[in-house]
Amino acid sequence: MPIPYTKPAPPNDDKRWKIVATRMRRMGDRPEALIEALHAAQEAFGFLDSDALEFVGDTLGVPHSRVFGVATFYSFFTLKPQGQHTTVVCTGTACYINGAGDIIEAFEQRLGVKPKGTTEDGKISLLTARCIGACSLAPAVIVDGGMRGKARSDELMAELEAM
Amino acid sequence: MSDKVAAGRPERHRTITIGDRVGRPRATARVCEAASCISGNASDITARLRELTEGKSDVAIKRVGCLGLCAAGPLVEIAETGQLFEHVRPDDVGPLVAALDKVAPDAKRQPQGPFFEKQVRVATENFGKVDPESLDDYIAEGGYRALRRVLSEMTSTEVREEISASGLRGRGGAGYPTGLKWTTVAKATGDKKYVICNADEGDPGAFMDRSVLESDPYRVLEGMAIAAFAVHADEGYIYCRAEYPLAVQRLRTAIRLAQRAGYLGTNIMDTSFNFDVQIRLGAGAFVCGEETALIASVEGRRGTPRPRPPYPAVAGLWGSPTLINNVESLASVPTILRDGPEKYAQIGVGKSKGTKVFALAGRIVNTGMVEVPMGMTLREIIYDIGGGIIGDRPFKAVQTGGPSGGCIPAEHLDTPVSYETLIELGSFMGSGGMIVMDDTSCMVDVAKYFQDFCRDESCGKCTPCRVGTTQMYMLLDQITKGEATEADLAQLERLAGIVARMSLCGLGQGAPNPIFSTLRYFRDEYMAHIVDKTCPAGVCPIQKPAEVVA
Repeated sequence: MPIPYTKPAPPNDDKRWKIVATRMRRMGDRPEALIEALHAAQEAFGFLDSDALEFVGDTLGVPHSRVFGVATFYSFFTLKPQGQHTTVVCTGTACYINGAGDIIEAFEQRLGVKPKGTTEDGKISLLTARCIGACSLAPAVIVDGGMRGKARSDELMAELEAM
Repeated sequence: MSDKVAAGRPERHRTITIGDRVGRPRATARVCEAASCISGNASDITARLRELTEGKSDVAIKRVGCLGLCAAGPLVEIAETGQLFEHVRPDDVGPLVAALDKVAPDAKRQPQGPFFEKQVRVATENFGKVDPESLDDYIAEGGYRALRRVLSEMTSTEVREEISASGLRGRGGAGYPTGLKWTTVAKATGDKKYVICNADEGDPGAFMDRSVLESDPYRVLEGMAIAAFAVHADEGYIYCRAEYPLAVQRLRTAIRLAQRAGYLGTNIMDTSFNFDVQIRLGAGAFVCGEETALIASVEGRRGTPRPRPPYPAVAGLWGSPTLINNVESLASVPTILRDGPEKYAQIGVGKSKGTKVFALAGRIVNTGMVEVPMGMTLREIIYDIGGGIIGDRPFKAVQTGGPSGGCIPAEHLDTPVSYETLIELGSFMGSGGMIVMDDTSCMVDVAKYFQDFCRDESCGKCTPCRVGTTQMYMLLDQITKGEATEADLAQLERLAGIVARMSLCGLGQGAPNPIFSTLRYFRDEYMAHIVDKTCPAGVCPIQKPAEVVA
């Protein structure tokens, strides 16, 4: 016998769940809204925790295993909370041959953080991107959404350490 | 809008009349507001210029799309004289305002140098001219004339014939004839058909599609509508990378305004043609540029490819016939149908007709976005348009085609660029990234970089790609560390052949290409690492213990 579908309630009364629920409803709460819903949840909360994955899956009628599969397949989604400041180092070809590797090395040596990691004090997260399309500014680094073109590792480190 | 019912229909859109041009400004500053210049505070420049020219009724400040010469950004151009201001700072726009004041009413546009003069613009014809978010601007430059012609004068067969006659081929890289693809979809059986615009520009070092979407989004929408008419589709998707927030934002605006003006939706231009477009965001998976993986992703699943046939043209999105075209291909469509296919077919060489947009990056002076006729030589593109190598260092190689492409050395600089010649050289047209390298780049290290990329982006579905790319990466890593023997090199070559032949999709099939091409032209560098245990370019950490992060 098929189990009757009931739309799940949000995990808690955080208002941001409404944004996520609305995005899903606009696409008819159908399974194909999964990636859009994960985008919405990550925009709202900064990362995807198991509450978010379960809520999205239950609303769209997608098995949790598949939600987890999709969330981990795409590198844009993160299941870990980010630090206070997020930095993204572009590792596209143009940035690579213009010294993106040195910048990542500087992160490791001066701040002790590796790609996809966060500093111990929870202040700075380091991500890498495959190409952010800012090849004319190579090497490019995004600090809290703001682009730093032609980045120099010593200047960048000084800026981050002062944060 | 809808209270005008004179002819029984609401007035759809205010057309531009001659009257609008009467008050044409004497001087116009065009501020480039594409991603690269925006990161140099271009928006503040626009605001500051508006502030300083307030009250001057004959001066206009206009936000435009990419002016192309990203290396010199933020850029401002004076439209009437063609004068360019480079590296403008928001707190230092005085000279610009002075120049605007000096523009004579009968000023003529002066040549802007080889970077601009040698280009032929089709897909990028509106770049640096129109406000990317303004539908009026797009229409004033001849926008939607092609769609009007298609809907009022042509049958879908005629549209497909004109596209075939133009010789347009897929600009995503593979170069499949666009007209043929359209015909296959049109003839496929099925009540429901879809058009998908592939804007998942994953190649590192390529930013053509981003520039098109940021600078002229309506053109892509018009191209999609024409394609939908030609293949009898009524629903479209744009699959765009989430890494391009500005492009997504401008597309959303463009879709909303086009819907409101009746260029999307039901009864487009008061005909029985219906077509609407939705955006789907990617989530950082390179493999989603492959069409079956892209379809899986649009359907909300993991982006893994499936074996073809059946091709998406027969069974694509939700099993329906689906047309998938790249941004640049669709952006060329309106121009072809507006000016006629003959004009487009005259440009180009051999079987490669028309123009191609390239993104120049790497160790080149004029980093930026250019559109050139097919058949131009690499030397012209890199030296005449690109301005040569930074610091006049010796040219070593140009990498085209992204992770599936190859490196072309100096002795082939005089090769005319076309789909066929690049394949002959062991490279690939790809989506159009051109990364120029000088003697500071080690070719083994470059091959390793691309292998690291493919290893990371392999979706894991088929074994040759999942395991093979990792093994090849490890072999290359050994070579760069000076730990490899000649037997390892032979192993690498053998493995590369297996991965190329056995992989399921283009990602794995193309993954060994950087290795093949660097071995073909730079085998001596490999040997230097293996036999002499030195890196000629001084990049690889053979001597020093510290490891270069790939």
